[in-house]
Amino acid sequence: MAEVEETLKRIQSHKGVIGTVVVNAEGIPIRTTLDNSTTVQYAGLLHQLTMKAKSTVRDIDPQNDLTFLRIRSKKHEIMVAPGNLAFHFLVKLSFCFTR
Amino acid sequence: MEPVNMESMGHPEIYPLVLTTKTQEIFNCRIDEDVTDEQPYKLINKVDIFEDLRNRAAVSDFHPVKKIVQEYPGNELLLVYDKDFKYGLNFYLIGTEEGKENYLNPPEVPEEQEEYKEHIPEDVYVYKPPVSKPWVSLGSEKEIEEESVMESTKQITYMISQKRSEFGAPVKFSDQNASSVKDAYIECTAYPDKNFTLKQLEKDVSMQVIPQIKDTSTQTEWTYPKNATTQYYPREFSEEEKETLKQSKPLVDFLNNASISVEIALQQNEIMNTFIDDWKYLAEEEGTFGDKTDTHLKEYQSFTDLHSPTEKMITCVSWHPTIYGLIAVSVAVRLSFEDRVYFSGKLLLQPSLILFWSFSDPIHPQLMLESPDDIFCFKFCPSDPNIIAGGCINGQIVLWDITAHADRIENIKAGDSRSKKATLKPMFLLEPESNTEAMYIRHCAVSSIESGHKKVITDIHWLSDTFEINRMGSVFENRSGICCQLVTCSADCTICFWDIRPQKPLTPQTTEKKKEESIEIPFDVPSTFLHLDLSWKPLSKIRLSKGETSLDYCPTRISLNEDHLLYKTEDKTLTQSKIVKTGEMNPYHNLESGMANLLKPIDDFCTKFFVGTEDGEVIYTDWKMKKDSETGRLMPKKPVSIHTIHDGTVHTVQRSPFYNDIILTVGGWNMAIWKEGVMTGPLLQSCCAPKMYTSGHWSLTRPGVFYIGREDGYIDIWDLLEKTHEPAQSQNICITMITYIKPWIFSAKQQFIAIADYYGTLRILEIPWTLSRPSTNEMTSVNHYFEREVKHLEYVEQRKNIREQEKKEMELEMEKKKIF
Repeated sequence: MAEVEETLKRIQSHKGVIGTVVVNAEGIPIRTTLDNSTTVQYAGLLHQLTMKAKSTVRDIDPQNDLTFLRIRSKKHEIMVAPGNLAFHFLVKLSFCFTR
Repeated sequence: MEPVNMESMGHPEIYPLVLTTKTQEIFNCRIDEDVTDEQPYKLINKVDIFEDLRNRAAVSDFHPVKKIVQEYPGNELLLVYDKDFKYGLNFYLIGTEEGKENYLNPPEVPEEQEEYKEHIPEDVYVYKPPVSKPWVSLGSEKEIEEESVMESTKQITYMISQKRSEFGAPVKFSDQNASSVKDAYIECTAYPDKNFTLKQLEKDVSMQVIPQIKDTSTQTEWTYPKNATTQYYPREFSEEEKETLKQSKPLVDFLNNASISVEIALQQNEIMNTFIDDWKYLAEEEGTFGDKTDTHLKEYQSFTDLHSPTEKMITCVSWHPTIYGLIAVSVAVRLSFEDRVYFSGKLLLQPSLILFWSFSDPIHPQLMLESPDDIFCFKFCPSDPNIIAGGCINGQIVLWDITAHADRIENIKAGDSRSKKATLKPMFLLEPESNTEAMYIRHCAVSSIESGHKKVITDIHWLSDTFEINRMGSVFENRSGICCQLVTCSADCTICFWDIRPQKPLTPQTTEKKKEESIEIPFDVPSTFLHLDLSWKPLSKIRLSKGETSLDYCPTRISLNEDHLLYKTEDKTLTQSKIVKTGEMNPYHNLESGMANLLKPIDDFCTKFFVGTEDGEVIYTDWKMKKDSETGRLMPKKPVSIHTIHDGTVHTVQRSPFYNDIILTVGGWNMAIWKEGVMTGPLLQSCCAPKMYTSGHWSLTRPGVFYIGREDGYIDIWDLLEKTHEPAQSQNICITMITYIKPWIFSAKQQFIAIADYYGTLRILEIPWTLSRPSTNEMTSVNHYFEREVKHLEYVEQRKNIREQEKKEMELEMEKKKIF
């Protein structure tokens, strides 16, 4: 139990990380550092996208499997780490290097 | 037998007759005897004609007209002899009384016709209404009778009616086939008529291939649209469930596995900026103005003073800080010292001038500032461009105030006079009262001869308006808010600081009395600096001494810390806002106002500055005085560092407009770049050039570019990012030594460089796009270059120490070997 907390805390404390959400196989959030409505929204949307990505990878090569999914947008980057039990994704702020 | 009348000829009453001679004798109408031309007619009694008819019956000539005669109403018939056989026979009988009357008394028609003819030329139309006459039948009714349709027989009428009993009875209708009853109908059957059958021999047919299409349709059950809503809430775990899940082993394992990859991803993001758009940063900035390949300076305009009697050279050039297209040039006579002494009498008659040139007129200078002797350097005051301070060859500082003439030069339009005529006069010559004499503007004030410099002033600078210094050299906040202090260096080995504000004089009364007696100020000179005139003493004097020897360093150029602010283009707006607007009280006319405030010292102010000397040394020294413990006098501090780099007079010591601590020094046959704070040596020192360098200047927009003028009239353009061992470009400008280079920015697209030469010609050239536009990241690249060079110097120092160490060790070894 402490391990879980510790791991999540470690990830959350990285520079630029906004929030972390742990989601089970059905898309129901287990642990989150964001507020409820945002968590629910992210969980719902990303769960479907991850399933789609996983099935795509599997369709192309049945021996293959999805290991990591990164969605980079203008403002943020969303990282999804799928597992066989749960999904774990976190939202990260962009680095803006000045010229 | 019908008598033939002359109906066809229009005379139905005339019946032509043939009368034989016998008949003629009987009736006494013998031709040419009884009937003559004068009287061609004869009235014959009706009874006689009857008698003749009885006598001769059918033989009688009157037989054809027997009926007419019988019907004749009157008694006498007129018989006319037709001599001309007008009616076909030799006699004719007129069968009516009327005809007889007409013949005997012909109507006066011809006469009337003649009368009509006479009337027509008189143009009078007499209207005669038509007179109704009885209708004369001309036989037309017979034709109508023949043509008209008339019933030949009388019409038969039938009347059919029903039986009386059947009136009103109900009607019974029944059907009947038409063909069953004979003759119930008449038909015209169609039959093929051979005349109308055509055989078509040719036919136009076209074909198109289309895919097989099939149209189908279905119909669905249409139910009306209905709005429906649902409400949901997401599935969530309750708190207990979450707790239990947290402790489950699979979750822990999963998290451990997942966190590894997550952390790798996070680290990757930290290493490099993932949001960079590589495409965008790949290309250089497009949208160049003008030809990209053109790298040469283009000649824009050149100015020469054609009115001066002696040959002059240009000593200093300065662009007007605010007015576009105005440039000021100080000229000096091109003579050596001995020649100056020899011709001193003649030189006194000629005024020494600073000329103001404008782009709009290359022949006549706009203003001419007069000074007591040749000016070797001058500067516009940054706070007020109407104040100009110049350093003379005799060691005096000269001040001008051209506020009164500011309107003249402000109204000059530059650039639109490309099609001008050679005789175009400057704007202010259009005023009637001004003449050529008015262009000379006398100086406002000169410094004191005894207490100022003794030799030519080589450099003059205005101190920034952010600070001021006192006699000790300590720095305080500027009380007046304007540039009010100057620093000069001169060939008499001193650097002087001057203040233009009125100082409290040590002996007030005597000096004032002296002033009133001897000096009369001309009326057109402004009285801004009247308090300074001829009594101006420096605030402090620093002597650059070489120590115990009497030889001193002879400074030619100095560069203070704040100088770069005056070159920076972004700060132009700041300086402009500080420049006095007309209408407001000019602070220069009220210089005492600021003196009442207390002095507030500024800490951490760098009072060190660079000095270039006549022997080629670059000195870094401090202007703060220290009190000598022994004598109690104020002594200048010893210089921090002295380097002898150049082989000749250092004529350019300039800070870069982009970096506060990078200084360019040019002198002799080489140039050097220094960094303030790095005392070991210059960052970059060029090798000896084939020709002597005579002037230099940083570029105002490109951090790594600077211009150096040579003694053969070439200008070397150095680009530190391209080559550091030699200039990137060389361009010939003129045939003689270049004495001064001054670039200036007018707009983002227009940059000029003013190049002055030894023969007195000032050339304005346009800097091409490639030289004026900095490339992307140029500033950081040049920065990196300088940092690398600093590190290189440090390394060299370290190596020196190591070498020393090694040398010592080697010597020790050698000694040891010697012993053994």
